Amino acid sequence: MTSHLFLLLLFTLCVSSVMAMIQKDDLRDQVRLGLTIAGGFMAAALVLGWLMYPFPL
Amino acid sequence: MATSASSVRPAPSLHPVLLCLVAWAMPGAGHLLLGKRDKALVFAVAVLLLFAVGLWLDGRIFPFQPAEPLVAMAALANAGVGLPYIAAWLADVGAGTVTAPAYEYANTYLIVAGLLNALVVLDAYDVAIGRKR
Repeated sequence: MTSHLFLLLLFTLCVSSVMAMIQKDDLRDQVRLGLTIAGGFMAAALVLGWLMYPFPL
Repeated sequence: MATSASSVRPAPSLHPVLLCLVAWAMPGAGHLLLGKRDKALVFAVAVLLLFAVGLWLDGRIFPFQPAEPLVAMAALANAGVGLPYIAAWLADVGAGTVTAPAYEYANTYLIVAGLLNALVVLDAYDVAIGRKR
């Protein structure tokens, strides 16, 4: 349950679904926007994670 | 634009401010009163799930400390989730465990749950006054 990837995925799904439902009324538009937001979240997190990889804490 | 059958019910006679209060108190309730059952369900599940998981992962419900602006803002965001926030406060949960592996995640979950519900309240207000469908 405390897997970072799982927590990221859960967070992404919750936030993107709410944002999509607020922004769009049509189901198709909601799904499209939700997937776009979720994909953006996941991609940004993974890219930033790898960019930070060479820098030790 | 096509809408679901649940979203064609006219706005209730409830005053928009009262509707916002209900929407704040229980995530999704505002949209439920507006007849938007599908949106109400998604909002309720998403916000409450974020809040519950945040508490379960030992996140902290921040106290209102005006002397520390960042803590005060986090507290304000926490309070955005409504009655579940009050219930958690009364039940004395949400003390937070700094050493918990997912502590920062948990705090983010709790804060974002409140902020999302604030957006949901504003959306319900827009629908109630006719600015949005």
